[in-house]
Amino acid sequence: MPGAPPQTHEEAQREFAETLSGFTAGDNPEYADYSRCIHCGLCLNACPTYRLWHNEADSPRGRIRQMALIDQGRMELGEGFVTHIDRCMDCRACETACPSGVEYGKLVERARAQIEKNYKRPRASRAIRNFVYRRLLVAPKRIARMARIVRFYQRSGLETIARGSGLLRLMGLQQRAALLPRIDREFFYSRLGRTFPAQGERRARVAFFAGCVAQVTFTALNDATIRVLQANGCEVVVPAEQSCCGALAAHAGVRDVARGLARENMEIFLREPFDAIITNAAGCGSTLKEYTDLFADDAGAGGTQTVRERERSAGLAAEFVPKMKDVTEFLVELGLSAPLREMKLRVTYQDSCHLLHGQKIREAPRKLIRAVPGVEFAEMPLADQCCGSAGVYNVTETKTSMELLAEKMRHAASTKASVIVTANPGCILQLRAGAKLHATNQEVLHVVELLDRATVHNS
Amino acid sequence: MVFERLNYSSTNMDRHLLSELERFLGKDAVLSRPEDLLLYEYDGSVEIARPQCIVFPRAAGDVVRIVGLANRYKTPIVGRGAGTGLSGGALAREGGIIVSFARMNQILEIDAENQRAVVQPGVVNSDLNAAAASAGLHFAPDPSSQKACTIGGNVSENAGGPHTLAYGVTTNHILGLEMVMPTGELVRIGGKAVDAPGYDLCGLFVGSEGTLALVTEITVRLTRLPEAVKTLLAIYDRVDGATETVVEITGRGITPAACEMLDGWTLRAVEAWVHAGFPLDSAAVLLIEVDGLREAVEQHAKEISEVCKTHGAREVRVARDAAERDLLWKGRKNAFGAVGRLSPTYYVQDGVIPRTKLPQTLKEIDRIGKENGFEIGNIFHAGDGNLHPIILFDARDPKQFERAVSTADAIIRFCIEMGGAITGEHGVGMEKDRLMPLLFTEADLALMRRVRDAFNPAGLLNPGKIFPTGKGCGEVRIRPMPQRGEGNSAPATGRDFA
Repeated sequence: MPGAPPQTHEEAQREFAETLSGFTAGDNPEYADYSRCIHCGLCLNACPTYRLWHNEADSPRGRIRQMALIDQGRMELGEGFVTHIDRCMDCRACETACPSGVEYGKLVERARAQIEKNYKRPRASRAIRNFVYRRLLVAPKRIARMARIVRFYQRSGLETIARGSGLLRLMGLQQRAALLPRIDREFFYSRLGRTFPAQGERRARVAFFAGCVAQVTFTALNDATIRVLQANGCEVVVPAEQSCCGALAAHAGVRDVARGLARENMEIFLREPFDAIITNAAGCGSTLKEYTDLFADDAGAGGTQTVRERERSAGLAAEFVPKMKDVTEFLVELGLSAPLREMKLRVTYQDSCHLLHGQKIREAPRKLIRAVPGVEFAEMPLADQCCGSAGVYNVTETKTSMELLAEKMRHAASTKASVIVTANPGCILQLRAGAKLHATNQEVLHVVELLDRATVHNS
Repeated sequence: MVFERLNYSSTNMDRHLLSELERFLGKDAVLSRPEDLLLYEYDGSVEIARPQCIVFPRAAGDVVRIVGLANRYKTPIVGRGAGTGLSGGALAREGGIIVSFARMNQILEIDAENQRAVVQPGVVNSDLNAAAASAGLHFAPDPSSQKACTIGGNVSENAGGPHTLAYGVTTNHILGLEMVMPTGELVRIGGKAVDAPGYDLCGLFVGSEGTLALVTEITVRLTRLPEAVKTLLAIYDRVDGATETVVEITGRGITPAACEMLDGWTLRAVEAWVHAGFPLDSAAVLLIEVDGLREAVEQHAKEISEVCKTHGAREVRVARDAAERDLLWKGRKNAFGAVGRLSPTYYVQDGVIPRTKLPQTLKEIDRIGKENGFEIGNIFHAGDGNLHPIILFDARDPKQFERAVSTADAIIRFCIEMGGAITGEHGVGMEKDRLMPLLFTEADLALMRRVRDAFNPAGLLNPGKIFPTGKGCGEVRIRPMPQRGEGNSAPATGRDFA
C-alpha cells in the first residue's frame, strides 16, 4: 500500500483506478455501473448459462463480481475471466430480472473491450476474429463475395453430397451446418438508394435500416418489412451507403470498429429528416439505440478518437437514437391501417432477447400477432429465455447453444402452434435449425412476415 | 462423550481431499481455483467469507460421501442454495467445503390429489410454484427472492414472505425431510402424513441454518390457490395513519393474506423502476391482500377499506385484474433491489416487534436515524410486525459504515425493548450472532448449543453461525476496502463492499 490510507471517497476511487485496476482506461467497466449490483442473486435463475451449469462464475452476479475484482486488483484478467465472459450470451435477461437497474449489457461489452485490449488470445482465434470483425462485416463487397461462394456450395449439389457422404458428421459439423443460412438468389443490395411510396395517404416517412448479412440471406424479410410499412401508409427510403450497425463488433468488444460503423450510419441516416429509422432486427436495433454509449465520456479514451470527434459523434447519437425504432414498436405506435385477412393459425411467440431485454419491448410483437384475425395465440413457457442464437454464439459455443435450443424447441412444441414467430433474423435462423433438428414441423416467421401474409396489399 | 471442537484455520485445502472429491464427483463438480473461491465468498448479505472448495452433488449418495470425506479430513461443510440469503448463512465462515445444491434441482413428484410435492433442495421456489399452478396449487412461503432462491435454502432459513401473515412460514409447509447427518448417516424425518408419529423433528431442523444436517430431499405441503384474491393499495399522507390501520385491522379479527407497508421514501425508489402507479407524494402506502372464498373476500375488502379511510387514507385502490396485482407485488418484492438505485450499499435490518407497537417504533426509528445522520427507509411485513428498515451508507467511508451498524443495532435494541426479536425471517447466520445475548440468557443459549451438539458435536456443519463466537459482543468486522493484490491470502472473513 502506497502511503497513508485514502481519506475521502474521491481519493480512494482515484487510487483504485490508478494503481489497482487490472483494466486500462477507456471502455472499461466502471465503479459507478458495477457497484449498482447488490449481489442479491435475483438474476441467477434468469441467466441461461447459470441455469445450465449452476456455477456462480457463469452467472450475471458472478460475472459482475469478476469485473469488480479485476478492477480492484484482486483478480487477474486471465484465461478464467475470458472463458466466463466469452460464455455469456449477452442476452441481458438479467437486466430484466435486476431490481437495482444494473446495465449488464454495457458492463459485459466493456469487459470484452478490455479483453480485446489486454488479453492475448491464441493465434488462430485472433486471426478469425480480426477477419470477421475488422474486415468482413464492415465491407458489403466481402459479404457478397462470401455469400456467392456459399450459394454455389448450397445450390450446385455440393451441400447434398457433403450431407449424404457423412462428411459433415465426420467433421462434427452437422449441427453448425444446419445453422448455415440459405443464401438468397437475389440480394437486397439492389434496393439500396430506392424510395418505396406509401400506399394511400402518407402517414409517415421512414428510413429503413437493411442490415449486413441480412442483405444476402433475409432479402425476403426485408422486402416484406418494406411492403408492410408501405401498406400502412409509410414512404420507405432505403439510404444507399448504409453500413453494418456494429452490433456484432460491439458485443465482441471490438468497439473501435463499432464506433466507426456508428459514425457512418449516423451521418447517412441524419442527412434527411425522417419520422423514424426502422429496423426489423432486434439485435441491430438494440445496438443502434445504444450508440450514445459508444461515445460516452470515457469511450475510446487514449485510442482512436479525439475529444472533439467524440463530442461531435455524441451529439449525433443524441439526435439519432430517439428516431431509432424496431418495426414492431413503430407499427404499434402508428397503428395498423391496412386491412388484414383472416388466417386460421395457432401461433406462439419467442421473445428476441434484444427486443425484450435490450429494448424492453414485450407487448408490441404480441399485439401485432393478435391483430391478425383468426390467429390463435399460445404463449410458450419461458418465452423470455434465449433460444441460444445470441449473435455468433451458436457458432462460437455450439454445444451450449444446441442445449438451449433443444429446451426451447421442447417448449415451442408444447404449445402445439404451427408457427413460431420471433423478431430477429438470428433467432429465425436458430429456430429454423431447431425445427429441423428436432422435427417439430413448425414454421418460423418474423412478426412482419406474418403481417405481410395477412395484409391485403393493393398493388 | 466429550467432543473437541475442531479448529479450522488453514487456507489451502488438502490436495488429497480435493482429488478424492474429484474422483467420485467428477472434475466439473469441484471448484478450487482461487478465482472460483472468490465467487463463493459472498451471498445476498453484506458478509464475506471464503471457502476452500465448492462441490456440486447430484444425489444424496454424493452428499453422504462428501460428509464422510469431510469427517476424515476434519473440514467444515456449508450447504448453499442460490446464495440469496441476507445473513451470511451460506458462507464458509471458517473455510472448508461449500456444498452447492444448485444441481440437485429436480421436482421428483407433484401429488396434486394429496396436495404435496417431493423436491430436491436446489429447486427454485418460483419453479415449484409454476409447476404446481396447473393443478391449482402453490407452495405458500413466498420470500421476495422467490424467483431465484431454492426450497433447500427456504428450509434452512425457515423463510417467510409477505403472505406469512395468513399462511405461516416455511416450517408450516414442510412435511418431511431426507437429510445427511454430520456422521454421514442418511435419515428421513416426518413423512407424507400431516402429523408423523414420534418427535416433531421437522420443526427442529427447519430453520436450523445448516448447523444440524444437510437436507437432500424435501416433502412439501402444497396449498390450494385461493378462489378469489383482492389486492388493495391504501395511500396515506401520514405514516401514523398507516401503522394505526394495521393495528386496527388485526384487532378486528381480520387476517389479511398479506399486509405490507412501504414508506414514501422507499415508494419513490420502487416506482422509478416498476411504474406500478405508486403515488410519489404520499407518506406511506399499505399493500393489503385478502384471499379465500369469494363472498368473504368481498366482505373483508370492504371492511378493510373502511378502516383505512377511518385512519386517514386519502385513497384506497383495488387492483382490477391479475396484471395490476402482479405489478403492485412486483414493486414490493423488488423493493430492496430498487433501493440499490439510490445507493449501492445499504444495510437492511430484520427486526420484529408486536404489531401493536408499530406506530411508536416507526417514530423511534425515525428519531434514531436523524440522530445518526441517516435517512432510513421503511418497508416491512406490517401485519406480523416484521420490520425491514433500510439504512443507506457509503461503503467507501469506514466511519459511515461503523455508524450505520451502530444505528441498526440501536433499532434492534429498541425492538427487543418493545418485546420483539432480532430477526424475523433472514436468520441469524454470521450477521446477528453477536446480538443473540441481547435476546437470550446464557442458559437459553446453552440449551440451544446442547441441541446443536447432539447432532453436530464437532462443529462440522456450518461452524461460526447462530451462536456468539466469544470474540466479544458488539465487535464489528470491518473491511472497508479491498487492498492491493489481495488475492487468496487476504483475511477470509469480513464485511463486503465490492
